[in-house]
Amino acid sequence: MTVSFLGLELRHPVTNASGTFDALAARAVFGDALLADFPFAAFVTKTVTTAPRQGNPPPRLWELGAGMINSIGLPNKGVEGFLAEDLPRLAELPVPLVVNVMGSSPEEVAALVRAFAERGEVAGLELNVSCPNVKTGLLMGAEPGETAALLEAVRPCTDKPLIVKLTPNCAEPAAVAAAAEAHGADAVSLINTVRGTAMHPGRPGEAWLGGGSGGVSGPAVRAVALAQVREVRGRVAIPIVGMGGVQSGRHARDLLDAGADLVAVGTETFRDPRAGSRIAAELAGIGAKSGTDSGVFTAPRSDFAHNV
Amino acid sequence: MTPHPTVSVSTAAAGRTAGSGADGRTIAPFGRRRLAVTGRREHGAYVVLSAADPDGPAPDAGQFYMLAAATRWGGGTDERPFLPRAFSVARRHPGGTLDFLLESVGPGTERLSELRPGDELWVLGPLGRGFVAPRDGRRPLLVGGGVGIAPLAIWQDMLGGGAPALLGFRDAAHAEGAALLRDARVATDDGSRGHHGLVTALLEAGLGRGVSASGPRKLGPADDGTWEVYACGPPPMLEAVRALCAEAGVPAQLALESGMACGFGACFGCVVPTRAGYVRLCVDGPVLDAAELELVA
Repeated sequence: MTVSFLGLELRHPVTNASGTFDALAARAVFGDALLADFPFAAFVTKTVTTAPRQGNPPPRLWELGAGMINSIGLPNKGVEGFLAEDLPRLAELPVPLVVNVMGSSPEEVAALVRAFAERGEVAGLELNVSCPNVKTGLLMGAEPGETAALLEAVRPCTDKPLIVKLTPNCAEPAAVAAAAEAHGADAVSLINTVRGTAMHPGRPGEAWLGGGSGGVSGPAVRAVALAQVREVRGRVAIPIVGMGGVQSGRHARDLLDAGADLVAVGTETFRDPRAGSRIAAELAGIGAKSGTDSGVFTAPRSDFAHNV
Repeated sequence: MTPHPTVSVSTAAAGRTAGSGADGRTIAPFGRRRLAVTGRREHGAYVVLSAADPDGPAPDAGQFYMLAAATRWGGGTDERPFLPRAFSVARRHPGGTLDFLLESVGPGTERLSELRPGDELWVLGPLGRGFVAPRDGRRPLLVGGGVGIAPLAIWQDMLGGGAPALLGFRDAAHAEGAALLRDARVATDDGSRGHHGLVTALLEAGLGRGVSASGPRKLGPADDGTWEVYACGPPPMLEAVRALCAEAGVPAQLALESGMACGFGACFGCVVPTRAGYVRLCVDGPVLDAAELELVA
């Protein structure tokens, strides 16, 4: 079930979501077996920023009945540390590498993109636009005008594929996607985590998370992802990487049917480090076309309406 | 005066066996595996859950596994659990059976405590970095609090004798967990068993400090400060152990705990502050040298 995506030949349509798999740490824990059986068809890095970041103070996690909230705060070595220490080792992975970057102004993001523009190890760049523009105070991915200005600064810096990672925490993600497409984005990916928080069980009025609030992920956001992918597909022709609560081939199939070209897996990897390859195999088993075409009029078997 | 017993650490204990990673840790098979529960034993407030892992590697003491029930993982309080739970391995039996020490304190441990022989468990591991052998011929001293005694049991097995244990519990029902270790002195918060007070009072005596006629007895020949302390327990206990050892100039290895989603470095959720900044406890710990820590928060 190989797929072509932005000129890359991928062995299946499942990648990781940015920030949900550290291939270098996983190699230390699982050894070279990780490389022999790498679970994703492409690898997307955790967000790289200009300067090193420590990330948010703990606690950083909160468990929900159908997912979790994270408030990690984008810890990373900064672009110089990443280029020197991580990129050479990530280049050993058996799949194409996409580097995710974030800055707090279009110029800063452009500089980050330029740092990777001539690096042969990097197949593409993903722009994390869930960051306020320091000049306007608006999230660069929350307003079509902000996204347009970002792409105008970044697009001339590279011929590599540019993927814009959309945030669900805005009025109209599909309008942002349309602006990204109009200004040269090669693809969009969605959804990022949905803003949420948890109150401290022992301290009334205080948030549990050290960062105050965080992002909800996991099955709790799957229906949101499905709706937003469908809306974005209605507005853009460029490829879509769909993600949000995917735990099975069935869930991946639904996102593809809603208009995604690739599917990314995030939170499920925390529960099952091989979730990517498991879901790809399940998806292959379901095949390219869902539903029944036998001509016999039957309803899917389920004990609640048509939930299967 | 009796000579110090010789401390022999098996190669497995030192974590340098074939199949070890470049940094010395024992490598986990890539992927979770579905294991049969083979035993469930109650020790007062605790449950020891055993699972057959004949094909898994022998873990280092202090390494941990992510556990989840294979069925009905979810649907408890607030519809949780959703994520697997991290447990230090308490013992490995010949043939590969793994023991985990549980106390039911939330939806994850409640569900795991329900499991019976024949039920199945998702297991990922062994994960993290465990204890390393005592430096400079020092004599190991184990200090545990509550469910944190688990990694000290397997470490005592690997050390092969000459590693006394000081164990603190809330009360006598919890102190039944002390049966997991040999050569143990017990303290309870309510005085219902052993020394009435904190385990750190036993440690103070062990380090040759704060000894009074009414206080805990000294431990023996290494009371002159030639111990290396291995500790696991609640953060306030670990902080007290860290401070006592620092004051006495005794090296200590502390097994810490933090809420974690994945156990293999993916989520960045389990960080603890160290002198070198935040580190992920799942890949850089859970055992940290006390010298790396300003404070156990």
